[in-house]
Amino acid sequence: MSQVDTLDSHSSADLMASVKSYLVGFIMSVVLTAIPFWAVITHHFDTPITLALVLVTAIVQIVVHLKYFLHLDFSEEGKLNTFSFLFTALIIVMVVGLSVWIIYAANDLMM
Amino acid sequence: MSFLGKLTLESIPYHEPIIMVTLAVVAVIGVIIAALITKYKKWGVLWNDWFTSVDHKRLGIMYIVLALVMLIRGFSDAIMMRTQQALAINGAAGYLPPEHYDQIFTAHGVIMIIFMAMPFMIGLMNLVVPLQIGARDVAFPFLNNLSFWLTASGAVLINISLGLGEFAKTGWVAYPPLSELSFSPGVGVDYYIWALQISGIGTTLTGVNFIATVLKMRAPGMKLMQMPIFTWTCTWANILIVASFPILTAVLAMLTLDRYLGFHFFTNAGGGNAMMYINLFWAWGHPEVYILILPAFGIFSEVISTFTSKRLFGYKSMVWASGAISILGFIVWLHHFFTMGSSANVNAFFGVMTMVIAVPTGVKLFNWLFTIYRGRLRLTVPVLWTLGFMTTFTIGGMTGVLLAVPGADYVLHNSLFLIAHFHNTIIGGAVFGYLAGFAYWFPKAMGFKLNERLGKAAFWCWQVGFYVAFMPLYVLGFLGMTRRISHTDNPDWNFWIYFAAVGAFIIFAGIILQFVQLYVSFRDREQNLDTTGDPWNGHTLEWSTSSPPQFYNFAKDPHVSDIDCFTDMKEKGEAYQRHDNYEPIHMPKNTASGILMAIGITAAGFAAIWHILWLAIVGMLGAFVVFLFRAYSNDHDYYVQPDEVAKIENTHLDKVARGLI
Repeated sequence: MSQVDTLDSHSSADLMASVKSYLVGFIMSVVLTAIPFWAVITHHFDTPITLALVLVTAIVQIVVHLKYFLHLDFSEEGKLNTFSFLFTALIIVMVVGLSVWIIYAANDLMM
Repeated sequence: MSFLGKLTLESIPYHEPIIMVTLAVVAVIGVIIAALITKYKKWGVLWNDWFTSVDHKRLGIMYIVLALVMLIRGFSDAIMMRTQQALAINGAAGYLPPEHYDQIFTAHGVIMIIFMAMPFMIGLMNLVVPLQIGARDVAFPFLNNLSFWLTASGAVLINISLGLGEFAKTGWVAYPPLSELSFSPGVGVDYYIWALQISGIGTTLTGVNFIATVLKMRAPGMKLMQMPIFTWTCTWANILIVASFPILTAVLAMLTLDRYLGFHFFTNAGGGNAMMYINLFWAWGHPEVYILILPAFGIFSEVISTFTSKRLFGYKSMVWASGAISILGFIVWLHHFFTMGSSANVNAFFGVMTMVIAVPTGVKLFNWLFTIYRGRLRLTVPVLWTLGFMTTFTIGGMTGVLLAVPGADYVLHNSLFLIAHFHNTIIGGAVFGYLAGFAYWFPKAMGFKLNERLGKAAFWCWQVGFYVAFMPLYVLGFLGMTRRISHTDNPDWNFWIYFAAVGAFIIFAGIILQFVQLYVSFRDREQNLDTTGDPWNGHTLEWSTSSPPQFYNFAKDPHVSDIDCFTDMKEKGEAYQRHDNYEPIHMPKNTASGILMAIGITAAGFAAIWHILWLAIVGMLGAFVVFLFRAYSNDHDYYVQPDEVAKIENTHLDKVARGLI
């Protein structure tokens, strides 16, 4: 019985931690979405700066999602998922990026 | 659309005597084998102990049998091409009409890569990896059985193409627009698509399965950096499989849509781009050759370490060199089509990357040399293959670096120089590796050793035959002869074409000797029994089991504290320990679901090739229903009881005790 108790208390502590993590992630995502919206609607900055702002907040938001929603981290249990994610991302960036370069360069020469 | 789609009696090539004779011979052999199985009442054994087995060792053996059968088919194609070229000189026609010759070189490429090399590699991996990491089976045993049958399904389809319809005439890469409906209206390319697609899905599932296995099922104490080197190189190969095979699946799916539903991904009409097929094909195709070669590197490492009785030199650099090759292997693919006409910068980038990838490979070669240095090398058959590999592969690697220079590639592209180069690396690298692994792990799988003399004779025939068959192709490449030519009219080439044909027959002798070796070793098995389970004084855990291993592999989980774990156990006196009590062992049950699903999918693939809609629906639905039954069944495991384990273990340990005296 005692084993079940520890399991329960353990999982309730886990639950608290994960609720907190989701809340933090949610609030940060809202803020990171609101900033570019505000910049685009109010035209507060010049167009290039606005574009850069949208891009930067988008990338930061991706990281926020990965950390707070998908729980990718460098802890002992989470390391494996993080490295698989980074490896996949690396392969996709290389294969897609280089493919785009190859086909565009070939098209350029044929125009 | 008729009941049988495009399929008619005319689809059987009965006007082609060569094909009809081949079919007759295959039919006779098939009947003889079936009669023998019936005579010795082995159908039940075949079905219950093999076809439905989820045991990774038995699946490994079945993969290797498949690979050897397909080796015969692929090599027949090779020797037909060599004899055709030798006969069709000075404008003569030879004995193969061009449309048949085109199918032969396509089938040769597809079979040797997808249905010989891949099953051989995956077979060895199945046999050895779970044993090396001290696991009782793979992570998903049923999935493993299904993967095998999907591979077999692709092999069945490609063999059906011999007697029903035709195979692709496009070369093994099937580039559009040639492979599009407008230029290849027959069923050949459809056979190609479905054979590759079905077996490719099987391979992807194998990759997933083995990554899960090495990450989650290692014996207690075994850290990732303590996994045996063969397991590590297989793991890198599996990572490459999981990352690259989906590209093949996608590109074949796009070609399918083009051919079946009038899409225009790769046709000029409608704004498609054939270059994109070539690009995506090689984005899979280049990692694929590293999938083939990395496990072979692992085999050589195991063999060299065992037969010099030394620890492998530079274990860590070996692991990281494999990792570097895996990642770099993803950014070199354009070197297969430098001449496509992308910009000079693109060609320069991929040329440099290709040269860079030779560096980690060189690191490995020096690691093997330093392992041999001051070791007592025993010149067994696996070692001969390894030494043959080290010289042959080095030449192949250097011609590869030569081809990596875009300027040189413009001269040599599509010439026989290229053919010589990649046979130099794939035969001299991958195939020699698998044959080394075959001789090395054969006693483990079957319980008796292979005949040494015949093994050495086979090796020398392969080695000499290889040089005689392929060195002339380098010369022919420089003389301007292109690949895939069915007849020639250039007196300068004749001598070298004859030369190469002689080489093909020397390799043929090597293959025959290997089958003779199998027969003789089986006949004399009582004299060559491996009673201890450790015939070579091995370093890793697979040698701590009996030969063939107990079906549950390990009675107790081994505890690992060293890379050369079994050497460590032998030195500490922990090997061959008797235990008084055993725990019940949890094992997966055999299941017919894998083979039944694959039969449904084979039928669906066949139906798709011949446009038989109802059969496609029946096949897919059948496979899905079997899958549902499997998914909702709870009857897939059982426990081996301690007294049975004790009995098996004691018999084995008694044999070991007698063998060690």
